[in-house]
Amino acid sequence: MELTHTADVEAFRAEARGWLRAHVPARPLPSLETAEGFAAHREWEAVLHADRWSVVSWPEEYGGRGADIVKWLVFEEEYWAAGAPGRVSQNGISLLAPTLFDHASAQQRARVLPSMASGEVIWAQAWSEPESGSDLASLRSRAVRTDGGWLLSGQKTWSSRAAFADRAFGIFRTDPDAPRPHQGLTYLMFDLRAPGVTVRPIGRLDGKPAFAELFLDRVFVPDEDVIGEPGQGWRIAMSTTGNERGLTLRSPGRFLAAADRLVGLWHEHGDPADTALGDRVADAVVGARAYELFTWVNAARFAAGETIGAESSLNKVFWSQYDIALHETALDLLGADAELADGAWAEPWVFSLAGPIYAGTNEIQRDIIAERLLGLPKGRR
Amino acid sequence: MRFLPTDEQSDFARTLRSLLGSARVPATVRAWADGDAGPGRALWSRLAGTGLFALAVPEAYEGAGLLLPELSLGFVELGRAGVPGPVVESAAVSVLLAELADEALAKRFLPGLALGETSATLTLPGGSPYALDADAATYCFAVSAAGELRLAGGTGGAGGTGGAGARGATGATGEPLRSTDPARRLSLPPADGGELLAAGPGVARAAEVAGRWARLLTAAQCLGVGEALLARTVEYAKQRTQFGTPIGSFQAVKHRLADTLLALEFARPLVWAAALSPAPGEVAAAKLSAGEACYRAAMTALQLHGAVGYTEELDLSLWLRRARPLRDAWGTPSACRAEVLRSLTPPRR
Repeated sequence: MELTHTADVEAFRAEARGWLRAHVPARPLPSLETAEGFAAHREWEAVLHADRWSVVSWPEEYGGRGADIVKWLVFEEEYWAAGAPGRVSQNGISLLAPTLFDHASAQQRARVLPSMASGEVIWAQAWSEPESGSDLASLRSRAVRTDGGWLLSGQKTWSSRAAFADRAFGIFRTDPDAPRPHQGLTYLMFDLRAPGVTVRPIGRLDGKPAFAELFLDRVFVPDEDVIGEPGQGWRIAMSTTGNERGLTLRSPGRFLAAADRLVGLWHEHGDPADTALGDRVADAVVGARAYELFTWVNAARFAAGETIGAESSLNKVFWSQYDIALHETALDLLGADAELADGAWAEPWVFSLAGPIYAGTNEIQRDIIAERLLGLPKGRR
Repeated sequence: MRFLPTDEQSDFARTLRSLLGSARVPATVRAWADGDAGPGRALWSRLAGTGLFALAVPEAYEGAGLLLPELSLGFVELGRAGVPGPVVESAAVSVLLAELADEALAKRFLPGLALGETSATLTLPGGSPYALDADAATYCFAVSAAGELRLAGGTGGAGGTGGAGARGATGATGEPLRSTDPARRLSLPPADGGELLAAGPGVARAAEVAGRWARLLTAAQCLGVGEALLARTVEYAKQRTQFGTPIGSFQAVKHRLADTLLALEFARPLVWAAALSPAPGEVAAAKLSAGEACYRAAMTALQLHGAVGYTEELDLSLWLRRARPLRDAWGTPSACRAEVLRSLTPPRR
């Protein structure tokens, strides 16, 4: 049992830190959930990519550095500690790319990954539908066979980044007669600007168009944009939800940096006599450390060849609850200024509120924890 | 970096777990609570056979060197099994004497503690004033606020050989102090303090280290207690049927158990990290998280067992009653949070 990095990892950390110090914008970029901010964040992706820092864990041929999980975690620590911008490419990098590495053809990887790494193409996810949220497998959007490809029809919703993104990925029903809802689904990539696509941005709780509804009317998708075999979409989509995604969706670096900022705020604004608030600051510090260490345990298991399955549900419930508690503590430290929408903590607080809902609600995650980790019997949802 | 127990460390924990699994510990706990320390002492001897107590003693005195990671993994198993007695305190006394580096004292006490032939309890300044299981322990050590280390009572004889001990060691009023966990036998050390063993700043420094070990080993015990409570409650929820279906299939039950597991799983790596590097802030974080997770597991176990969980007959009560005192022993949640805040370096600007 050890908690020290090799010299090689520390050298990598030093290189990342040096580069970030020289390149991170001095002022925060505008919110990435606005047209102006989205463009600014896309440019930042290109800056990262130019020196091969946008996708450090990918193989070099696609613009990465072949970093293992340890180096990726160290990079993330440095990235967020440096106050670097949020990643507008996050959905593509953490959701679509792992699927491509596991299930796509070499030709598809060569076509999709480089432009994802550079930010030239920004991806949105298209999972949920108006009648299919937690019960995703009940989805009804269709892909119908046509000459050389498929025609997509139906409606997707809560599609993060779709207001400004270029392309999207999701699963569609290709065999409505399949005996079970999880069967007959196919994983597809499509162009958000293709004929037949209508994007209606949806204002988040703070009014910013952080997600969108997608109306699809006979949108043509060529065969080359089908990932894996038709009919295998559910298995393909799920195979990467519990895997490394559990480790990579939200890195500990984010929360370590946020806890650091909170401690700064507490030193500045905190009343030392207010022990109730001080206790919550302590909890935020301990929580970030716990999340970091929990991740190192799973990284070690992952490196040893174990599969990280339902454990990623523990991970998701923890960070999403933690993130809200941390931001609420910050707002409480700010007093009357907490209400100011342009304050530094306001947008991150609003963002944190979505955590228990997206990427599988925490209720669904707790069902998974209870059934797969504790072996409790399945019941009615 | 490989932040997982080594094969040797896991084997050691497994050995303890299987030894304890067949040791009829619940009966031992009930006997201990009734003032019969015999089965507890027999168990102590068997634990000594695994080398557990040697892990807090330097090699020069029959010890294995101070191996906190191994010791912590062992204490998780003690908690899981519900082992009674001054296990944390004996290890803390070993560390205190090792840190003190007084040759004569080390020679006098450490070999017996390492081999499990003797046991010890301890009170430290700033900690609880009540000595745990002084009536059963061989030695009762106390460090005063003035930095004096005294041997207050040498009564119980512990190990496998001890005699009747000073059953009924007394509180200030002359009566033993009853704990909410009857298997934790409390008393105030004698007011006269006993034999003066050492004094000075070296004692205070050694006591500080011993207190940190005690805090961490209690955290490890909490983890084991919490895991035992969760495991028993999961089994119960699978078997107990209401409305024609196991109660474990209901979401209200499932989610509470999921949250209990979550708290324990996130406390565990904090305990490991603090065992590797027992800085005050790390140890406090581990104790805070493991203590709260353990107590939460107890409250979940109580609620989900329903009325039968509220009885002393059910062995579950042995862990239920242990959870709250352990959550507070050697560092209450408030004390641990305050330590975490003290340990913060000024933020990076």
